[in-house]
Amino acid sequence: MAAAVSSDDLSASEIAQAVAGRKISALSATEAALARIARYNPVLNCFTDITAERARAKARAVDAAISAGQPVGPLAGVPFAVKNLFDVQGLATRAGSKINRDLKPSPRDATLIERMEAAGAVLVGALNMGEYAYDFTGENVHDGPSRNPHDLTRMTGGSSGGSGGAVGGGLVPIALGSDTNGSIRVPSSFCGIFGLKPTYGRLSRARSFPFVASFDHLGPFARNTSDLALAYDAMQGPDPDDAACATRPVEPVAPSLAQDIGDLRVAIAGGYFQQNVFPEAVEAVARIAKALGTTRIVEIPEAARARAAAYVISTTEGASLHLDRLRRRPDDFDPAVRDRLLAGAMVPAPLVDRAQKFRRWYRARVLELFKTVDVILAPATPCVAPKLGQVTFTLDGVELPVRANIGIHTQPISFIGLPVVAVPVPLEPMPIGVQIIAAPWREDIALRVAHALERMGVVSAPQPRGL
Amino acid sequence: MAADPLDDYIDAVASALALPVKDAWRPAVRANLEVSLRLARLVDEFALPDEAESASVYSA
Repeated sequence: MAAAVSSDDLSASEIAQAVAGRKISALSATEAALARIARYNPVLNCFTDITAERARAKARAVDAAISAGQPVGPLAGVPFAVKNLFDVQGLATRAGSKINRDLKPSPRDATLIERMEAAGAVLVGALNMGEYAYDFTGENVHDGPSRNPHDLTRMTGGSSGGSGGAVGGGLVPIALGSDTNGSIRVPSSFCGIFGLKPTYGRLSRARSFPFVASFDHLGPFARNTSDLALAYDAMQGPDPDDAACATRPVEPVAPSLAQDIGDLRVAIAGGYFQQNVFPEAVEAVARIAKALGTTRIVEIPEAARARAAAYVISTTEGASLHLDRLRRRPDDFDPAVRDRLLAGAMVPAPLVDRAQKFRRWYRARVLELFKTVDVILAPATPCVAPKLGQVTFTLDGVELPVRANIGIHTQPISFIGLPVVAVPVPLEPMPIGVQIIAAPWREDIALRVAHALERMGVVSAPQPRGL
Repeated sequence: MAADPLDDYIDAVASALALPVKDAWRPAVRANLEVSLRLARLVDEFALPDEAESASVYSA
């Protein structure tokens, strides 16, 4: 056992290799993660639960398996954490709320945690999030805001804010989160890390707390594309416990990650996706387009209407989910979430039905586009992370609400479940993300492009600047 | 105040669904509903054929 090797600066794949090669133990990698959490979480506030004893027990089991010569998975000894809407055995799944703390402790882990641990990964805790995932800021009235690791006065982005902060701050190499309208891609952008929102139905949502069943996705965050692919591959596969989970076989992406991308047709999303953006978002997309050698613009038809329809379906399905809690415990919600949900309960049903019909129409048009293009580039957020508590920003002389505008470029994409890798462009002083969008079930293409950009040095997760 | 049709609508739906809307919450609920209805109008005014299927089609 080489004591000189520290896991602090290792990626997930490097940790797994070092653990499997007995250069470090799973327990030492776990202890190092717990020490980082103890040191930095008081300022970042990204963890709400630290499962130290469970983590040590799992790490010891991994080490014992290695000592016994038994096979360990590709994530052996890799510490990870999950947004606190994933069921963790023995914890009440709070989903960022006060109300859910009264739930009984979960009897079983979420499917994705089980799959990560089956691959040898070690769960070290649960992460802060916006209440019931109805959030783009990462602020939480009950647990306090998660703070951006590059500037502690700024938002992490939401709703998977703790996931963004934990990976952006280097506390864990991999975190899991959810994305209904942008909640993986927005924190990835604000915290300067990689995030994968897979195709709708690709990864099981079983035993996670829902928000909008039509759009809910789960996915990983990491500091590089290899780790992202490693986690994604470990979590794939059908699951009868999630009605929306596809029955497709596992389609591993790691083996093709470094494949040449010269054959891919890349275009930039025009029109709607070039409006309401700050100069940093324009610069980030331009850098990536230049690196990929494209100037081609494609119009995603009716994107503004797609965003509107996503909004309507989100607010009404969210209201339906929480209807009884709104009746019984209205004072225990974050007031801003409660008031949005109450309004959502009042939207007439025919408008929701029309939004779902429009969704099918829009999907068909966008799939037509993918006959002529393999990858579409778009901003992940219109700006770098705003200040905590910031209510408005001014764009082209017009004052706009922050909350309502953070997700304008992510919503028309998740609306039809397209796979996206959010890649971090390390601008100064704050990073910002770009969406690499592919056709349904082509996560491999989006990840290949992200990997190529990483190798070109155009995208990378910067070291935390605020710590 | 009560003469405004949208406030009347909020009262009626809140009553029909047994949802509590305290006076202090009403301006925010109303503002959110106005945004939802404005965005829903964008969807409403988009012509779709009678045969258009919903995205959420049930499979038996």
